[in-house]
Amino acid sequence: MLEVNKETFEAEVLKAAGAVAVDWWSPQCEPCKELLPEVEAMAAKYGAAIKFCKVNVIENRRLALGNKVLGLPTFLFFKDGQKVAELAGPEACTPEAIEAELKKLA
Amino acid sequence: MADLHNQNPAAAPYDLIVIGGGPAGMTAAIYGARAKMRTLLIEKAKHGGQAATTEEVENWPGSGKTTGPELMQQFRKHVEHLGVDMIKEDVVRVDLQGEIKVIETRKGNRLEGRAVIVAPGAHPRTLGVKGEGPLRGKGVSYCATCDADFFTELDVVVVGSGDAAVEEAIYLTKFCESVTMIVLHPEGTMDANRASQERAYANPKIKYVWQSVIEEIKGDGIVESVVLKHLGTGERSEMPTNGVFVFIGTVPNTEFLQGSGLALNPQGYIVADPETMATNLDGVFAAGDVRVKWLRQIVTAASDGAIAACAAEKYLAEEEHLRHEVLEPKEPVLAVFWSPASRQSLDVLAWAEQANTAAGGCFKLARIDLYKSGRLAQRYGVRQVPSVLLFIHGEVVDRLEGNFDDFTHWITERTVCDCQVGR
Repeated sequence: MLEVNKETFEAEVLKAAGAVAVDWWSPQCEPCKELLPEVEAMAAKYGAAIKFCKVNVIENRRLALGNKVLGLPTFLFFKDGQKVAELAGPEACTPEAIEAELKKLA
Repeated sequence: MADLHNQNPAAAPYDLIVIGGGPAGMTAAIYGARAKMRTLLIEKAKHGGQAATTEEVENWPGSGKTTGPELMQQFRKHVEHLGVDMIKEDVVRVDLQGEIKVIETRKGNRLEGRAVIVAPGAHPRTLGVKGEGPLRGKGVSYCATCDADFFTELDVVVVGSGDAAVEEAIYLTKFCESVTMIVLHPEGTMDANRASQERAYANPKIKYVWQSVIEEIKGDGIVESVVLKHLGTGERSEMPTNGVFVFIGTVPNTEFLQGSGLALNPQGYIVADPETMATNLDGVFAAGDVRVKWLRQIVTAASDGAIAACAAEKYLAEEEHLRHEVLEPKEPVLAVFWSPASRQSLDVLAWAEQANTAAGGCFKLARIDLYKSGRLAQRYGVRQVPSVLLFIHGEVVDRLEGNFDDFTHWITERTVCDCQVGR
């Protein structure tokens, strides 16, 4: 997974052609850390069709707020730079729900 | 981690399956493994459950001041060290009624165990007000450790006044400009323990709105304000805020148990015997926040787990004893339900032995201590000691209780035919 930050977000996500999934996380977020192995497995599976990025919100607080990310874990899904779907909060961000969005996106 | 896909499908059932990897489930697994039970621990997400998202833990004996994630990591290492099989799966269906309990997971695995400890915990209760759902993860949060960072130098409200609400409010003051507690009760009354209340009152960043509830959370994309209603005057007011943290108790994770036959109370908590953690179903025990109990803490969850595992071990030993001594023998079995407290039952034991010798030893005698095996007595409808049940090939074919004056005759009468049946 590609680590992006406030400097690279625009180029890697908003200006990227095709499908991008962005995993917003922080080192304090236990549910985020628990999801990571499953997300990495999905990145390996869908890697050719979907670009996977992650953002550490602690170092990119403004970027998070700018994307209206105010709770963790959050997943945003982009197509050609446009946000097309979102999962926010630990109840919403189940591996099944994430994979369902990826299938729609791929 | 156990690789279930490589497991032989004909493998023997586990002795013990623990559903839920919070403090209760992990302690049950530790006690299970130490009692040499073949133990499987199923956790759907993060080991530690709710404790893993609690920042400050100051009441776990011996640890002084620690954090939930750190303590739960230690629990987990302890479980791993003892060789417990652990899988990350979500249980969707259970069949707990039979002698072999069947657990089905979302990924389609079918797991079998002889005893089950149900410890799935609970999750935060939601307010159920307008705006809460759409703004979840957009300023509405149920996890301070997850989301506190977003609110650095911002203003938030905390709903609730119990231990969790007060402790998380104190934690949030490390980040936020102000934390306003919305409390149901009149001024000066909170549900939290006294020590936490005093720390909150001494914290200059914490403010209070008393005797009020949130009626609506407003915001375009992110939380902007809450509508408050004063319970005394009925007056409504709108208060600007950047975040709403909700700590108003929990809801048990028992949806997957609906229809399983396991007794739940109207709120969905499991009703279990507080002495032994036994549920209404044989071989099924409950532990931790999921059961009806008075105090929900890491330490009481761990206590439940220890008791449940020991009770499960005792249950398995009894079942094994029953199978070996009563149900599986080829010859007819005279099962004497006795108790050390009943003089008459000691006589009956002696008479049974003599009568059996006189009958050429054609019976097998089984002694069942009613005091130790109350559950077995209940299963076979034994209400008094002494009672004698005659089993053939695992089935009760006759019983004698109350009057034992003709006991020897009763045995002699059954000797010829039953021995023939038995052989």
